[in-house]
Amino acid sequence: MNKNTTWCPGCGNFGIMEALREVTGEKTVIVAGIGCHGKIADYLDVKSFSSLHGRAIAAGQGIKVGNKDLDVICCVGDGDAYNEGVEHLVHAAKRNADITVLVHDNRAFALTARQFTATSPQGFKAGSTPHGSIEAPLNPMELAFAINSTFVARGYSAKKDHLAGIIRQAVDHKGFSFVEVLQPCVAWFNTFPLYNEKVYETEGPFEKEEARKMASEWNYNDEDSFIPLGVFYKEEKPSFEETLINRESVSAGELLKKMI
Amino acid sequence: MQYNILVGGAAGEGSKMAGLVIAKLMSAHGYKVFIHEDYQSLIKGGHNFSLVRATPEGENAVKEEVDILLALNEDTIERHKHRVQGLTVYDSGVASVDHGVGVALDEIVKEAEGIPIMKNTALVASFAKIAGMKFEKTEEVLRRELTIKTEENMRVAKVAYDKSEERMQVEDLNKGPFPIVSGSQAIALGGLAAGMTDYFAYPMTPSTGVLHFLSGIEGVSTFQPESELSVASAALGAAYTGRRVMVGTSGGGFALMTESLSFSAQSEVPLVIALSQRAAPGTGVPTYTAQSDLLFSLFAGHGDIVRFVVAPGDASEAIELSAEALNIAYEYRIPAVILVDKELSENSYTVEEMPEIEKRGEDEFPSKVTSYEHTEDGISTEDPFEVKRMQEKRMSKHGPLKERVEEMDSVRVYGEGEDVLLVWGSNKGVALEVARDMGLKVVQVLVFEPFPTEKLKSALEEARTVISMENNISGQGSFIMRAKGVRIDEEVRKYDARPFTVNYLKEEIKKIVQ
Ligand SMILES: Cc1ncc(C[n+]2csc(CCOP(=O)(O)OP(=O)(O)O)c2C)c(N)n1
Ligand code: SF4
Repeated sequence: MNKNTTWCPGCGNFGIMEALREVTGEKTVIVAGIGCHGKIADYLDVKSFSSLHGRAIAAGQGIKVGNKDLDVICCVGDGDAYNEGVEHLVHAAKRNADITVLVHDNRAFALTARQFTATSPQGFKAGSTPHGSIEAPLNPMELAFAINSTFVARGYSAKKDHLAGIIRQAVDHKGFSFVEVLQPCVAWFNTFPLYNEKVYETEGPFEKEEARKMASEWNYNDEDSFIPLGVFYKEEKPSFEETLINRESVSAGELLKKMI
Repeated sequence: MQYNILVGGAAGEGSKMAGLVIAKLMSAHGYKVFIHEDYQSLIKGGHNFSLVRATPEGENAVKEEVDILLALNEDTIERHKHRVQGLTVYDSGVASVDHGVGVALDEIVKEAEGIPIMKNTALVASFAKIAGMKFEKTEEVLRRELTIKTEENMRVAKVAYDKSEERMQVEDLNKGPFPIVSGSQAIALGGLAAGMTDYFAYPMTPSTGVLHFLSGIEGVSTFQPESELSVASAALGAAYTGRRVMVGTSGGGFALMTESLSFSAQSEVPLVIALSQRAAPGTGVPTYTAQSDLLFSLFAGHGDIVRFVVAPGDASEAIELSAEALNIAYEYRIPAVILVDKELSENSYTVEEMPEIEKRGEDEFPSKVTSYEHTEDGISTEDPFEVKRMQEKRMSKHGPLKERVEEMDSVRVYGEGEDVLLVWGSNKGVALEVARDMGLKVVQVLVFEPFPTEKLKSALEEARTVISMENNISGQGSFIMRAKGVRIDEEVRKYDARPFTVNYLKEEIKKIVQ
């Protein structure tokens, strides 16, 4: 473990790290993406697998297939989950892989010094979009429902205990857990003032229809709506790994003999 | 006595199944068989054929002349009649051939109350009778192969057999039956023998056979993720937990896996990739062959990478070298590539017995693993001293591995002759046959990285002419061997997506040596 963090003072990643400290242990594997968020693997004293940019969710599923006893938490960025490698998010949810995807959503590429991501607001002025991004953002909460996630939640890095509670439930959930975390980036997109004013906690989980409505309350673009937090939705379904076959040791020699 | 039997029809008519059953019949009579599969990238229609070579000693090469042509449709006769030197057995309901043997497949199936797809069963049973095989033996083989609607199939077979006349006598060599194994199956068997626990793949011809074969085996874990990006990433994840994982793909999928190959090198978590080449670039010719991903396999991945790349020449070598790739990858904690092609993957070979294989290498990995440059305890670092030290740590695997490669069976020499045919991959079979007929020596390269330079140079030392042959337009193997200081005098390159035939290669060699 590296005790010397290199995040900017005041970065939202600190709150996520502290929440994770409370809920991780021997069985945890942090599977990190690449970005400011990914450095968390160095700073937590648990098993970790720092993957490639965009591939943490794919690697995390391999880890779970390899050892069902591990609690896999994929710490990924918004660039890492919603841009590069978004297919892994979609399919992990579709197959109900028993992993937790925790998105450090600062709504910008931070480590590459500010460009727009899938959740940046329209008009986002940054290195590659000096006149403002022309793309409207994706609402990841709606995406979570569209891909049939069996656990959907949103937390806020400044509400550490609340977030820890969410992560604990996500890890305990048998199946695919989607945890979107609002993580302000003080260097490139300081959303603390907005979130501090707009977020509110809910007491979920809710029925699917109601949960979906909650997911759509804020579109990741406007600055007027309120932003609900909490566990929105939870559903019991067999997980992918549960349905995988048990392995036996297979003798190649015996197989060959049958191939006459 | 040897036989070259061609079975053809439209896709969906079951010519491949018929070819396999005929191969098994010949195997049951003591012949060593080789099946060359030729099919198009479509599901219904077109033209597919299987070429079954049955010889007492085993010849793994395509020969033009056909002793028996079995045609499920007229198109097959049109396409292949020029090569027939013996008998044409055909469906008399759809074609007619002078001096051929017509079999009323439709009528037979109707009389036996079967269904139309059983026409191939009727054709096979007619063949057995025409070839002078006993019904009991024929039935035994058919029963083993036709596991769905077996009784209906047997009724069809009996009617067809009884209605046909004996035209020749295939001698029973009183040996066999021998196992018949495709290259894809061989890769799977080699992996299993070396302790493979999981196989991940996204379907891509001509590598898909491995996935299908393993998925059909009780107790083997297979996983088909959403893309090759995912396959390779998930494989590294599973390997990190101690599983012995293999993945398979063709060139396009390998391109997507290169990011993980590089990650494997950095993280020292092994990644074993079976790469089956098709004609490329791009989507290329999906169901036809090439050897044009050799350089790609040797250089794929960003950064400096110590890797192990093997190129087996037939199913037996695919078993041995797939096992070796898995073992070496886990011993040295490096990426490994098993480089095969459409021909080796999908053709079938006689494999008499399983070679002795043991599982080697550690399955335990550090608890912190990363794609960043890192310290020994898995924490990312930018420190120049640490970076240099870790680069050297990884690169230091090359020397010992190179020594291993020089010691192992990385170069094989066959026969005697002043002129040498230098060969790699699936061309082994055709090279051996042609060399024997023309008095050449064959030298085969089985490992490409680390390259067995000394071994190869000494094998070629006394050669008068070294002729390199390969299935690509640019001479990739020759390029790499010359770069290692190996002398190559002449080259034969074939790049029409079809394998070398015995006839073609002989003509080419004649142009070079008298
Ligand atoms: C394949 C690949 N493309 C691009 C990069 C460069 N890169 C590093 S971090 C990053 C963006 C990270 O954004 P995000 O995932 O949102 O993480 P953040 O830095 O905001 O925490 C990019 C594009 C990379 N490492 N790998
Ligand atoms: S750039 Fe932003 S995300 Fe990165 S450490 Fe600084 S504040 Fe945190």
